[in-house]
Amino acid sequence: MKILETQNLSRIFGGVVAVNDVNFSVYEGMVNGLIGPNGAGKTTLFNQITGMDKPSRGKIIFDGKDITGLPAWKISRLGIARTFQNIRLYKELTVVENVMMGLHFKVGKDPFKARFSQAFKSYFLARQENKELYLKALEWLRFFDMEDEAQEFARNLPYGRQRELEIARALAAEPKVLFLDEPAAGMNPAETEHLMFIVDKIKKHGITVVLIEHDMKLVMNICDNITVLSFGQKIAEGSPEEIKNDPLVIEAYLGREED
Amino acid sequence: MVNFLQLIIIYAGIYALMAIGQNCITGYTGMLSLCHAGFFCIGSYATAILCKDFGFSFWASLPIAAIASGILGFLIGVPTLRLKGDYLCIATLGLGEIIRTVATNLNPVGYQSVPRAMLFGYQFSARNKVQFILLIWAFVLIFYILFQQLAHSRLGRAMAAIREDEVAAQSNGINVTKYKIGAFVLGAAIGGVAGCFMTAYTQTVNPSSFTFMVSVMVLCMVVLGGMGNGKAVILGALIVQFISYFPQLVGLSSVIPAQATQIIYGLCLVVLMIWRPQGLLGRDKYRYGDPRSTKERLVGFFKRNPEKKGGRA
Repeated sequence: MKILETQNLSRIFGGVVAVNDVNFSVYEGMVNGLIGPNGAGKTTLFNQITGMDKPSRGKIIFDGKDITGLPAWKISRLGIARTFQNIRLYKELTVVENVMMGLHFKVGKDPFKARFSQAFKSYFLARQENKELYLKALEWLRFFDMEDEAQEFARNLPYGRQRELEIARALAAEPKVLFLDEPAAGMNPAETEHLMFIVDKIKKHGITVVLIEHDMKLVMNICDNITVLSFGQKIAEGSPEEIKNDPLVIEAYLGREED
Repeated sequence: MVNFLQLIIIYAGIYALMAIGQNCITGYTGMLSLCHAGFFCIGSYATAILCKDFGFSFWASLPIAAIASGILGFLIGVPTLRLKGDYLCIATLGLGEIIRTVATNLNPVGYQSVPRAMLFGYQFSARNKVQFILLIWAFVLIFYILFQQLAHSRLGRAMAAIREDEVAAQSNGINVTKYKIGAFVLGAAIGGVAGCFMTAYTQTVNPSSFTFMVSVMVLCMVVLGGMGNGKAVILGALIVQFISYFPQLVGLSSVIPAQATQIIYGLCLVVLMIWRPQGLLGRDKYRYGDPRSTKERLVGFFKRNPEKKGGRA
């Protein structure tokens, strides 16, 4: 079942068509891969879906609702969480605070949005609310085996751990769909192996995953469904086996043989 | 000498209030604003006009001054929010100067002999400095506690998240615009309160005392002490005030020209940026849900202290 789909989604930067009429589908409960050569428009597509970028044309339907053009913070409240290609952690906050930020709108109401009484509560009874948030955040850290580093500044973590922390922060919001933008970039083989294990765990948790990745071994191993983009257009979609043997995909990656 | 020292402590208290406000804008939310003199000005004028022309008491004018500055903060915050870093800094600098120019054109000599502040029938006069010190530092303490509470609540964490990474904050469901305006309004309101106390102490308001240098000084206090650290900005206010009155304090104002204090500032900041870019006390690291009891924490604090002196980065 499709939980999210884009209909003829396009993004035009001046004369460059970064995403061109893409119909991208995300299937519920699966690990959906999005691959393509550099500059194919994968991250632009992600940015549009998560509201960081406004689509030029087309629609985004999430869970039966049209979310096209909504601001990013509203979209994330609907149940879409993401990580970033270049890690975007709150570096001067502690590890546990980072995860607590992921829980920001999950526990209680947003103090700024809600009525005055709510703002009053989250200000004057912060200690109580903090405790609740803290304990929940610790649970997520346990999921990633990061409890010992909870009080460490996020910037002091090694690279691979920072990537995991970013995933933990995104997961803390208990999203319906989790978007991972090149999670294995810069990881060594052991870390990639661990990442595979984590993605599998997330999938078993019942969260749909969408994954941009260049590491083909990772993609072919964990994805249930793969979409291939090239020069802003969708050129193929299907299971890993189908994608591996698709002539258009091979051409996009390796080029055509001249005769 | 003692008299002068008391004066410095009073001014340091007033500036500490401003530094708390600036810390809310710059230290927590990460917006480099340079118009705190403008908020200070509005607060001072509100008190002076209300007390002198409308017969308000000082205490009645205090919340009005805070609200007036808050509204100004909102008006400045909304159009400049799209700007970041240096651009925001320049835009707010201009707006701060506009406020001062408007005040000058309104009434170039300002207001004199504003009625004194009263508390339970007791008059705070400028001559009795000790009372004034107690009054101001009591307010510094109140606002310090209020802002510490803010910093360690969800609101404060969201502000810190915006400072660290706006895009990531959005992806965590934080309405960045609302929080930024909120921070601006809060910071401005505290600036207004500081202005209110300035009027109460000097009993005069003069547009020439709200120059750009005031904004720079307040920002210096925040940077010097440590951004986003409540205790540090108050320490910063004390240090900067002591430096700026240093020549008079040691009775060398005839030998050391007044401009020398600015050189000392500059030197302090340069040295600080090289050796301790995070400020004297650095960032506040708050341990959420510390499982230790208060007693254990106290013991831990005293045990840790000796090592602390031995150069902890």
